[in-house]
Amino acid sequence: MSLIPLSLICFGWIAVPDEPLDFNRDIRPILSENCFYCHGPDKSHREAGLRLDDRESAIKKKAISAGDSKNSLLMERIFSKDADTLMPPPDSRKKLSEDQKQILKKWIEQGAKYSMHWAYEPPVKKQVPAGINPVDHFVGVRLAKVGLKPSPETDRRTLARRLYFDLIGLPPKPAEVEAFLNDKSPDAYGKLVNALLQNPHYGERMAIGWLDVVRFADTIGYHSDTPRNIWPYRDWVIQSFNSNKRFDRFTLEQIAGDLLPDASQETRVGSGFNRLLLTTEEGGAQAKDYESRMLTDRVRAVGTAWLGQTTGCAQCHDHKYDPFTSKDFYAMGAFFADIKETAIGRREEGMPVLDPQQAAQMEILEKKLKALQAGKPSKEEIASIEKAIKAIQAASPKTLVSVSLDKKRVVRILPRGNWMDDSGEIMKAAFPAYLPAPKSNGKEPGRMELAKWLVSRENPLTARTVMNRLWKQFFGTGLSKVLDDLGAQGELPPNQDLLDWLACEFMDSGWDFNHMVKTIVSSKTYRQTSTPSAEQVQKDPYNREHARQSRFRLDAELVRDNALDIAGLLNGKIGGPSAKPYQPDRYWENLNFPTREYSADKDVSQYRRGLYVWWQRTFLHPSLLAFDAPSREECTAERSRSNIPQQALVLLNDPSYVEAARALASRILKESNGRTDERIRWAFQLALQRNPDQEELHTLRTLFEKHLAEYRKDPQSAANLLKVGLIPVPKELDRAELAAWTHLARVILNLHETITRF
Amino acid sequence: MNKHHIHLHRRAFLGNTTRGVGSVALATLMQKGFVQAAKNNNAQGFIQPGHLPQKAKRVIWLTMAGGPSHLETFDPKPKLAEMHGKPMPESLTKGQQLAQLQGSKLVCQGPLFPFQKFGKNQTEICSLFPHTGSVIDEICLIRSMVTDAINHDPAHMFMNTGSQIAGRPSMGSWVNYGLGSEAEDLPGFVVLVSTGKGRSPQPIAARQWSSGFLPSKHQGVQLRSKGDPVLYLGNPPGISKEQQADDVQVINTLNRKLDSSISDPEIATRISQYEMAFQMQASVPELMDISKESSRMLDLYGCTPGDGSFASNCLLARRLAERGTRFIQLYHRDWDHHSLLKEELPLRAREVDQACAALIRDLKQRGMLDETLIVWTGEFGRTPMGQGNKGPIGRDHHNKAMSMWMAGAGVRGGMVYGATDELGYAAEKDVVTVHDLHATMLHQLGIDHEAFTFKFQGLDAKLTGVEPCKVMKDVLF
Repeated sequence: MSLIPLSLICFGWIAVPDEPLDFNRDIRPILSENCFYCHGPDKSHREAGLRLDDRESAIKKKAISAGDSKNSLLMERIFSKDADTLMPPPDSRKKLSEDQKQILKKWIEQGAKYSMHWAYEPPVKKQVPAGINPVDHFVGVRLAKVGLKPSPETDRRTLARRLYFDLIGLPPKPAEVEAFLNDKSPDAYGKLVNALLQNPHYGERMAIGWLDVVRFADTIGYHSDTPRNIWPYRDWVIQSFNSNKRFDRFTLEQIAGDLLPDASQETRVGSGFNRLLLTTEEGGAQAKDYESRMLTDRVRAVGTAWLGQTTGCAQCHDHKYDPFTSKDFYAMGAFFADIKETAIGRREEGMPVLDPQQAAQMEILEKKLKALQAGKPSKEEIASIEKAIKAIQAASPKTLVSVSLDKKRVVRILPRGNWMDDSGEIMKAAFPAYLPAPKSNGKEPGRMELAKWLVSRENPLTARTVMNRLWKQFFGTGLSKVLDDLGAQGELPPNQDLLDWLACEFMDSGWDFNHMVKTIVSSKTYRQTSTPSAEQVQKDPYNREHARQSRFRLDAELVRDNALDIAGLLNGKIGGPSAKPYQPDRYWENLNFPTREYSADKDVSQYRRGLYVWWQRTFLHPSLLAFDAPSREECTAERSRSNIPQQALVLLNDPSYVEAARALASRILKESNGRTDERIRWAFQLALQRNPDQEELHTLRTLFEKHLAEYRKDPQSAANLLKVGLIPVPKELDRAELAAWTHLARVILNLHETITRF
Repeated sequence: MNKHHIHLHRRAFLGNTTRGVGSVALATLMQKGFVQAAKNNNAQGFIQPGHLPQKAKRVIWLTMAGGPSHLETFDPKPKLAEMHGKPMPESLTKGQQLAQLQGSKLVCQGPLFPFQKFGKNQTEICSLFPHTGSVIDEICLIRSMVTDAINHDPAHMFMNTGSQIAGRPSMGSWVNYGLGSEAEDLPGFVVLVSTGKGRSPQPIAARQWSSGFLPSKHQGVQLRSKGDPVLYLGNPPGISKEQQADDVQVINTLNRKLDSSISDPEIATRISQYEMAFQMQASVPELMDISKESSRMLDLYGCTPGDGSFASNCLLARRLAERGTRFIQLYHRDWDHHSLLKEELPLRAREVDQACAALIRDLKQRGMLDETLIVWTGEFGRTPMGQGNKGPIGRDHHNKAMSMWMAGAGVRGGMVYGATDELGYAAEKDVVTVHDLHATMLHQLGIDHEAFTFKFQGLDAKLTGVEPCKVMKDVLF
């Protein structure tokens, strides 16, 4: 059998290490993978009453005799030659390697020391020598250990492109790169970082990852997948990043924005988080079924977005690998039992979201109403004000928000997850028993307490989870590579000191996101070249030690933004209703109740950024889907990065990209001068901020001349090509030339270099 | 796979592109070395070699979306006819969750159509399926299937992914992940959807063919009968095939140049994917064009080119099978008969019956039935109780009993497996779960379902889930 997924082949321990064994690094992964399924936290499935995740139990059952491998039954069983007594049993399809057996033996001889799972221990902030960026310090310590050297800083053009893509998700303008190249001041880079953090597109870029983990979408997800009102929540996320809202407050507003003492329209919009889950309008759906689906959906969301814990399995049974029990699961679900909502059927319209002007008008009207009511108003007077209030509300967008019920729903443990089984114990809201929790005051905690607990200094998981994801944005892989699982089956980060420092610093800074972003991107580690040396490829193929930067394809939304921006088409508007770019006819033909026609935007909304594209969960826009945008039916911490033929078809043939090529061609003809070569150079500068070399020039010029000749002979084809999309063809331009340049522009927009962040 | 066909096809394709500027270089690219590179990217499976002897090289899954009634298709229940109009025994229905009948009075509804005996074992099936009856000796009928879900969307998810939670890979993705694809210029997991000429059908979400947590390259690709058969397949207006070849050639030349300076394996992959995309632009329309099939063949299936019917899709399924596509899934919508069962079900039967039989015959005469597993299912069965609250009589969703069949690839023909109780309410003999079905299908593909895992969220995720399940050994040779 060769079923080891690639993701498992990592830079890790292969042979028995010389240094003293560390339980979390060396032992737990072996026990968890091979033993915990039957001898772990899940009591309902425990064999022979033995648990190996607990030292006391293992010793009591004589599996382990500390310091004495000869008298440890564990040794006897794992080294057994008899298939009947061998552990793990052959039919489990688990098998210990010789090295693993030796490691376990050595560990027992060294005293069989256990330690708590690393991620449940509070993160420790190790000292950093003065004058060095902590990221560089901790990366340097590891590099020295594994015998690698850091790479030199990349060239400034690449650095500028990297920073623009990472912080605002858009390419730099040639002049911006030029200015950076020419800025000889020592803090040129720092100034650029600061400028980009202040750029209003920063919030859009940062929002993308968060919208994935909270599964933001415009539609309900199940069955008819009909629309619901929620986009103001997306804008709230963008504004939160732009205003550097502290992450603890960001959390509070989402989970309990309706319950805050200073609750406002803004915090209520944030509380839309609780409404992002999948719902159904299917006839014949049973309320209890969906009540249970919604509860479990919410627990998984908190697990993924904040805790980095996989909780889904505890819906049916205690977790097999982590100490998260079924009770913990339903007790977590009970935090949300106060949210007012219908289990099945159409969602309500939601809260009107007033813009500042409307809010001011509303305030005046309400004051007037109050004043009137103090006197003896006529019916007409009252009615006219109420009408005005209603008019404002009707004119404003609506969004789903959290509203708390006076009486919570009853939450029971569902035996084996079965919603038809009413026999389970009634659960009150409670924090998972294995994590530190505030002292109970006897009252059942609510969403507010949950939110505070998530971002308390004692919670060992949240800051690590969030920093781990942030790291991925800047280096392509998390410090612990399983972003949604910091539990026993996740990965002990090769550089735990670094992750822990980031987590502590994040909390110590008052959950200051911008501070962390700045710390990371200012490091030398971030600024290294991404081109690996042969030694690096050999020693650290997946770049887990960061002796270089990583290179990766832009995220789906940014592939689109990049093309539109280069073409000069991008609509820079921030926020607002979701947009509908061109989409193949009948793509929604399998939707029903009701059937729907997709109607693409016919104005500048056509050119909005990718994160504003209408998110239809069951039929996500195919150009985003091709580049791995998730459907957001489930919380997604990790987007895959595939490289598939559909991506080529999108970039070559999707009208959005053909139109972008056409618009870029117009720009080339209108904004550049001179001969073909000079124009090609100009286009290269625009797209890549570099000049093409002679070979590239020759290849592109030959292509251009050939297509020009073809279109001169065939003006109808040129006319057909120039009809793609909405933007008018500039009257003064030669059609054949424009068509030929469209091809050239298309080639540039399709280049690997164009859609990659180096 | 039909090697001969592929070979000819590639030659024809090259012949058509000899005029482009990049044609020489492109032709070079198309030669063995290149095709090999592309194959390695797309074709490699994780199970090398397979766990078990492989009986099925591919699967054709015929999904009757909406939930066909087992009582009007494959499960004869004379006792239910006797009980017609009488209350359903409460001993059966107590505690059962229903969809639209929840809380209603539950009354037996006798089968609406007569049954008829077919084949050497005189198997009884509904008289609305005479063509299926004519090939019943190739078919293993299973009358004891159950599922966990009673609403369409979760039930499809469960049937396709083994889970009711979104984000899991569909079986077609699992199988392509495990075995790779033999199709050189077509996707390895193809979905075809047709709609009955009836009422407003239940929706089908693209999630049903999603690759979930598996790499995106394993996702199902829907081939459409109208517009571009694959999304974005057609060249933009005003761009000829030769011009497209030129542009792809130049993109790849420039990408190769970049690769030579920074050496990134992703670039080689991208180059091969552009070639693959370009190849698909020719191979998919060629695949979809069934007008070159003989009139005898079109008559066998009962379709006309371009009609988008289930019958056309069955013929396309055979063409895909010939070209090496690993997993072909057809959906025929509109089997959700809460009402008008008597009026509508015969129409659906007519739409699928002949084509299903034709597919079996056609594959058999080509010697491909032995290596192709055909599966016919709905997402759940329907209640023996009538439903009268939505118009003329129908039946509600039901998860305790449903019928399905399999044919080909080592499955015993002429066999009936499992049974429901005398009223067709619950499967009681040789009960088959969805996970059992998956385990059996994987088994025929040479995959041990217990050993077929992918790490997801720290767990060894399996198509067949965590609960024990079994391969239906009795239905296999």
